[in-house]
Amino acid sequence: MIRERYLNALTLALFVAIPFWAITADEPFTITLMTRAVVFAIAAVGLNIALGLGGLVSLGHAVFFGLGGYAMGILAYHAQNYTALTEWPFLIEGTKSMPVIWLAAIVVSSLAALVIGILSLRTAGVYFIMITLAFGQMFFFFAISWAEYGGEDGLSIYVRNGFPGLNTLDPIQFYGLCLGLLCLVLLFAWRLSGSPFGLALNAARQVPVRVETAGLDPVRLKLVAFVLSGAITGLAGALFADLNRFVSPTMFSWQTSGEIMIFIILGGVGRLFGPVVGALVFVALEHWLGGLSDFWHIYLGLLLLVIVLFGRGGLIGMLCGREAVHD
Amino acid sequence: MTDAVLQTSGISKSFGALRASRDISIDLKPGEIHAIIGPNGAGKSTLIGQICGTLKPDSGSVHLLGKDVTHQPTRARARAGLGRTFQISSLSMEDTVLQNVLLGALGASGRPWRFFSNVLKDTSLRETAEEALARVGLLDQARMRTAELSHGQRRQLEVAVALTQKPKALVMDEPMAGMGSEGSKLLTGFLDQLRHEAPILLVEHDMDAVFSLADRISVLVYGEVIATGTVDEIRANAAVKEAYLGDEA
Ligand SMILES: Nc1ncnc2c1ncn2[C@@H]1O[C@H](COP(=O)(O)OP(=O)(O)O)[C@@H](O)[C@H]1O
Ligand SMILES: [Mg+2]
Repeated sequence: MIRERYLNALTLALFVAIPFWAITADEPFTITLMTRAVVFAIAAVGLNIALGLGGLVSLGHAVFFGLGGYAMGILAYHAQNYTALTEWPFLIEGTKSMPVIWLAAIVVSSLAALVIGILSLRTAGVYFIMITLAFGQMFFFFAISWAEYGGEDGLSIYVRNGFPGLNTLDPIQFYGLCLGLLCLVLLFAWRLSGSPFGLALNAARQVPVRVETAGLDPVRLKLVAFVLSGAITGLAGALFADLNRFVSPTMFSWQTSGEIMIFIILGGVGRLFGPVVGALVFVALEHWLGGLSDFWHIYLGLLLLVIVLFGRGGLIGMLCGREAVHD
Repeated sequence: MTDAVLQTSGISKSFGALRASRDISIDLKPGEIHAIIGPNGAGKSTLIGQICGTLKPDSGSVHLLGKDVTHQPTRARARAGLGRTFQISSLSMEDTVLQNVLLGALGASGRPWRFFSNVLKDTSLRETAEEALARVGLLDQARMRTAELSHGQRRQLEVAVALTQKPKALVMDEPMAGMGSEGSKLLTGFLDQLRHEAPILLVEHDMDAVFSLADRISVLVYGEVIATGTVDEIRANAAVKEAYLGDEA
């Protein structure tokens, strides 16, 4: 059994080493793949706060991923066309600045998570899954029918958005930016899990009645977790859109929600690095198996089945055993 | 009656055709242990659920420290000073013993909205938590995973979590169930002291414990309180003997 923290360090080392190798070997596509893995990892770190800590099985996180994507798409679209988003009640213009876009993505997806959370946290179990799924479909069909922003075809952005002091058109610089954000988000998730809030949320997942008896509101704890979770996944959506310079309703699809959840199950639910390991393995499989066969999802399905049946803690659980007791 | 810490007035509750609580009026006075006894299915846990707010009575009211809390949620009653231990342990099994008591201390502090600080390094929470563990004799087990505790130790932990809340009244549902005789004896001695900090409404099957601890006993049969009195009165009560105590008394 490997200690979990060594595995985590090894994973981070891979995220640094592989792109370095890609530069020297002149394999730019590998950098794109790694950026994809990093962005997926951020989305899944977000979901893991709701799912792993809060026990909220959300099949609607594509909503936040998509909202982040469209926040980028819409702002950049108006900036490249030199048109205003709206002139009333006050003028809002487009922007090509990543920090502003990220902020917009985080605000919009937090608000959506707040509303969806308030409505869906009245239910639990299968009903919660179904309601979050339904919200995802609502946004999906709304995006399809929103002709002003490309409808079914989505929106293309010609030039990647900018970040002060960096040349984001250079793949490795954009990758570094995303990796930096992943580290920040991981730091946040780590502090959160050991915080007073994390303790209460963790208990609310296991025994809500105990949390009530201690004088706290388990539903409100879960709601806050859901909002934080949605905000992070929204940020990932904005990065994903910038990676592809394209947004489309697919970002809102239930398959997207499912994939974000698969990253976590692959890596290990509730494990800090579960989403990171899962996203990396997923992108690798997608690349290699996808090259071998169009039906690579079948192999992915088999792998998931093995993991769920034999290692409750995902790949990390299989390699490191169950989680160590925190101190 | 105004000095009662906890009081139910005529609470009734039915599950379909089953009348689980029938017009129950009981109270808990400062410094006392009021035991509720009765056969399985008599409605003891249902009564406790209504006192603590996890169940809603069909009629009647619950007063805590003189205030009507009938329509308040469990968490509000907890914050007002009502401590509770469960018949079936309701602990975070995946977490450590310390984390479970910390949750109680955190709830009492009313400050769960802290996202970055390390809860294990919060000295005030930690002091409250460790003091409670020490009092029930579980300090050495603080770092153990709760799932690894013995049954009796889990019951002790239930009590410790309730203590972290500095309760003004305690409601305990069969705290000694499944404990060995050694454990029950220790807990009996502990509750005997505890009553001076917070009066205890004690549901318990262990008659040795009940007879040695209780200031008053109420007997619940088919959702109805058929008698309330001192230990001697209840032992002598013919109806109680017939309905419940049998040869034990
Ligand atoms: N949620 C419920 N729904 C239906 N019946 C219940 C429920 N809870 C308890 N009962 C029934 O009410 C009666 C009293 O149960 P309970 O309060 O648990 O008894 P005790 O704790 O005295 O053993 C039992 O007959 C039990 O089956
Ligand atoms: Mg019971």
